[in-house]
Amino acid sequence: MTSLTLVRRIRARPAVVFQALTSAEGMSQWLGPDAGPVLFAESDARVGGSFRVRFRMLDGTEHESTGEYLELVAPKRVVMSWQWTAGGDPDERGEISRVVIELAPIEAGTELTFTHERLQTEAARSSHERGWIGALDKLERYVSAAT
Amino acid sequence: MVKYRPAELDRTFAALVDQTRRAILARLAREDRVTVSALATPFAIKLPAVMKHLDVLEDAGLITRSKEGRTVTVRLRPDPMRDALDWLRRYERFWSRSLDRLAEYAEREDAAARRSGR
Repeated sequence: MTSLTLVRRIRARPAVVFQALTSAEGMSQWLGPDAGPVLFAESDARVGGSFRVRFRMLDGTEHESTGEYLELVAPKRVVMSWQWTAGGDPDERGEISRVVIELAPIEAGTELTFTHERLQTEAARSSHERGWIGALDKLERYVSAAT
Repeated sequence: MVKYRPAELDRTFAALVDQTRRAILARLAREDRVTVSALATPFAIKLPAVMKHLDVLEDAGLITRSKEGRTVTVRLRPDPMRDALDWLRRYERFWSRSLDRLAEYAEREDAAARRSGR
């Protein structure tokens, strides 16, 4: 089982960030790894409510994810389940992971801490247990130099 | 989220599971090209065992072997490793780019709200 944590400092108030995170309008603006469009976004932002987002990447592939809001504390904390229902990786389809987002007010605006946990694909598990990532990291300098 | 070739990833990871093979790859990453006999020297295993590891690495596309006279030279082939790293980091890439976009959007929204006095 692995998790991923990322931190961003955003020059916007926590309430604005919270709204961007949890509203369909907000999600349709930012969700996706490249400039490809979000095709639709739905969000019922209350505990037990669900969201659904579909986006197209610039390579033409479409991906859709859905999940349920498990905790919502405006403008501080969002916990939601996360599942790929289309696209994603074949070995992950049907796997349910969890996204936790914490918002802390700072002078400049908001510090956002994002964690995607319970990523439990077989390879993610094994890579964690057997130290693949560490092994690969050591080789990365060479790999990037050879690009 | 990107098109990966599962069979190739499996082969790469299977090759990387073994500590001796990782040590061989790490050495090849440092030294560019190494003869088979030089590769075998640090290990407490016999040359035929090293040859078997090299077979696995070559089948996975992680090394190439070339023969000149009686000397076999081994080189690293980084492409499958790069694919494996990309695969392992795909979530990081996905969320990192999404959060960058979230930050830009929230900053625009906040600025607009402040301009209109909210």
